[in-house]
Amino acid sequence: MAATAQTVAQVRDLGSKYKHGWETEIEMETAPKGLNEDIVRFISARKDEPDWMLDWRLKAYRHWLTMEEPTWAMVDYPAIDFQNIYYYAAPKSTEGPKSLDEVDPELLRTYEKLGIPLKEQEVLAGVQGAPRVAVDAVFDSVSVATTFKKELESHGVIFCSISEALQNHPELVRKYLGTVVPYTDNFYATLNSAVFSDGSFVYIPPGVHCPMELSTYFRINAKDTGQFERTLIIADEGSYVSYLEGCTAPMRDENQLHAAVVELVTLKDAEIKYSTVQNWYPGDENGKGGIYNFVTKRGACRGDDSKIRWTQVETGSAITWKYPSCILQGDNSVGEFYSVAIANNAQQADTGTKMIHLGRNTRSRIVSKGISAGRARNTYRGLVRMGPKAQEGRNFTQCDSLLIGDRCGAHTVPYIESRNRTAKVEHEATTSRIGEDQLFYCRQRGIGEEDAVALIVNGFCKEVLQELPMEFAVEAQKLVSISLEGSVG
Amino acid sequence: MAALAPIDGPAAVSDWLSGWRAGPGDGTVAAADWLAPARAAAAGRFAAHGLPNRRVEDWRYTNLSRLTGLELDWTPAPAEVAKESLPALVFGREADCRLVLVNGQVRPALSTVPALPAGTLLTSLADALAAGRQDVAALLRERVAVDGGALKALNDSWLEDGYVLIVPDGVTVEMPIEILSVGTGGALPPAYQPRNLIVAGAGSRVTVVEHHVGLCIGGYFANGVTDVAAGPEAIVRHCKVQDESKEAIHVALLDAALGRDAMFDSFCFTLGGGISRNELRVSLDGPGAHCRLNGAYLVGGQQHCDHTTAVDHAAPETHSDQLYKGVLDGRARAVFQGKVVVRQDAQQVEGHQMSRALLLSETSEVNTKPELFIHADDVQCSHGATAGDLDAEALFYLRSRGVPEGQARQLLVEAFLNEAIDAVALAGMRLPLERNVARWMAERHAT
Repeated sequence: MAATAQTVAQVRDLGSKYKHGWETEIEMETAPKGLNEDIVRFISARKDEPDWMLDWRLKAYRHWLTMEEPTWAMVDYPAIDFQNIYYYAAPKSTEGPKSLDEVDPELLRTYEKLGIPLKEQEVLAGVQGAPRVAVDAVFDSVSVATTFKKELESHGVIFCSISEALQNHPELVRKYLGTVVPYTDNFYATLNSAVFSDGSFVYIPPGVHCPMELSTYFRINAKDTGQFERTLIIADEGSYVSYLEGCTAPMRDENQLHAAVVELVTLKDAEIKYSTVQNWYPGDENGKGGIYNFVTKRGACRGDDSKIRWTQVETGSAITWKYPSCILQGDNSVGEFYSVAIANNAQQADTGTKMIHLGRNTRSRIVSKGISAGRARNTYRGLVRMGPKAQEGRNFTQCDSLLIGDRCGAHTVPYIESRNRTAKVEHEATTSRIGEDQLFYCRQRGIGEEDAVALIVNGFCKEVLQELPMEFAVEAQKLVSISLEGSVG
Repeated sequence: MAALAPIDGPAAVSDWLSGWRAGPGDGTVAAADWLAPARAAAAGRFAAHGLPNRRVEDWRYTNLSRLTGLELDWTPAPAEVAKESLPALVFGREADCRLVLVNGQVRPALSTVPALPAGTLLTSLADALAAGRQDVAALLRERVAVDGGALKALNDSWLEDGYVLIVPDGVTVEMPIEILSVGTGGALPPAYQPRNLIVAGAGSRVTVVEHHVGLCIGGYFANGVTDVAAGPEAIVRHCKVQDESKEAIHVALLDAALGRDAMFDSFCFTLGGGISRNELRVSLDGPGAHCRLNGAYLVGGQQHCDHTTAVDHAAPETHSDQLYKGVLDGRARAVFQGKVVVRQDAQQVEGHQMSRALLLSETSEVNTKPELFIHADDVQCSHGATAGDLDAEALFYLRSRGVPEGQARQLLVEAFLNEAIDAVALAGMRLPLERNVARWMAERHAT
């Protein structure tokens, strides 16, 4: 049974395959552990927020106390002790850095190691004409740096941390915050509303095509902390922005909570393309440690002819619970969702989308590829709703699941609700394993089994991966191979 | 006739249970001493569950709250029904076999049961228990103890009568057996809970046609449960035509367990009922077991119909196929929920499912929830769902050939439903079903 032994060895090694599992030693400032009104006030005071913001947070907190943790998702985990979490952890520095030169070099080294360039000139020194990416780096609870701010400002684009936005553009934040995901939305979103510490804020003015990709890189570093970031992106009339999100965390035996909220708003003719490569620490091969990724993401196509596109590659996290959704309010608005979710070892993923068609002639497309290996569980859960006024609405959904190994599970739970005769909804789902014939064909041409599986899986995911911006597509393709390493034998 | 001590639970539930009694009233099944405690346990389970509401995932789309507003007659007196007033056999032939139930009770005087192959039993549950049929008692006792949700518990707690069909090993019953279930009104709407049993021995073959009709103006509440046990290599075909009163609430659960290489073929045709739910739970317990679950529905007005299926692939090499198609008009609402579970180590399984709905009116609504839960890897499973209006291009094609719009629509609707009806194994059933479709379409245009 040499092959089996080899597989076992490979699986054992897999723990070390997570290359972002190291920790940065840096002096941190934390709020006391636990959650109460004082913590909420502390976070708000620390950020010097306006009173209305604190009131909103407190309302959320009080509402959260009345809520129960949801149990409907197909995920199992021990009860979370919400009093045993640090809700605020920030690298110690008295004042926020004025420029990149003032950022703690330890932090810069951290992001360098992650391959995230925080120094603008480094990007510029690259090949002429190479695509540029502006980065907002969020380290535990706070944003530590945002690049290319000046250049973006010259186009009128606001790209900064949400704390900064609350200081400099409170009217914009107040106008949109909580309008897509209200503070009463769900258990984790409500918790986030009470204690969110930072996140990115983007505003694209009317008619502006954002000159570069915007990106936020989230890093959980400190022990026992929860990360609660809040992202708000507004694309005003006729504008366009492509936004990328990446995330990693150190390897720890304890589970850490990440409960983010992302709100997108597109006005008339605007478009937001939101891409995520989620690579939080997934825990070891026995399911010890890893991030609980309980995220609420929702976009509202408010204006006519607007468009929101979610693309996600979910390879990390011990547990993923997220459903990036689109509310298609404007006539002719378009929502798209492309997802690859990979669960290996003891990972559990329950993810999908909601497409709520309210306006006339609204269209949505869902392509979801789920891959389960090892003892993992992967669930697609989605909702497509055609409201009574969604004349000529159109949805197409394709959910495919691939099983690698006989101890994993793949589940599909779509909800399809149609209240309009002229709307057309189509849903297709398949579940199967890698075809013996496909594998045989590759093997016969001298391709090793692991490589053959990687090839076939990449082909399986291609429809989604090609939706990612180029820089991300390469990373995502590698991630897909790494996540599945050791899963065949 | 011991009155039940008050049970803690929602007000409506305790109201409902106030008329409940532990033992059936007429003493016919006094011999079955297990029955009273089993019924009491079930009543307890029902009280604990309460009436299903929309927060219960399985009942997300079907609202039974109309029931709580009704004052029901839980122990309706046997209604006077003349044999002449009964509808013709579904097949339109007279010589066949028909067992008639009125308000859930078997009425031998209204039934026609010719000689069946040796050992085959077609009778009422009350009679089978009174006659001391140990096989019936043993199976029923086992099934009654299972917690299968609120309405099954309600049925369990009232267990008294229904039909029993037992086909011994190796016997083929050629003649389709028709079960006519009649609901009648009364001063108060009657509530009845028939409990039926189909046992098909190893290698046996049998076809059952259930025909549900309402012979009244008012409403009633029918909550039937049918247990099916198919032995190795048995073939059971079950065809249900539900044409209840438009004011009736019809809830039915069929729970089938299939042995090795057994086959269960089900077709459900829904026309009637104010609120109706047809729930199928099929457990493919033996390797090679196979089930086909098909259905077609035509609903309009204020009707609400729900088709819910759950197929459990508990053994390897099992196979399931499902196709449900429906047409909605008026303010009708339709629900399809289909769950396919493949257990760990149940390899080489195939499970396919398709549900399609045609919305003919602006105000109709369809909710679909197909689910796949796969725990083995050597499987091929799929589901598909669509909802929408008639294909505009097909309509245009017919119109361009000079077919008037109304007729073109009718043709397309009939063609749409015929795909499901063509799957009915019983050839003689298809024509009457197609006639029903044509009649429904004609009535639709008439109004």
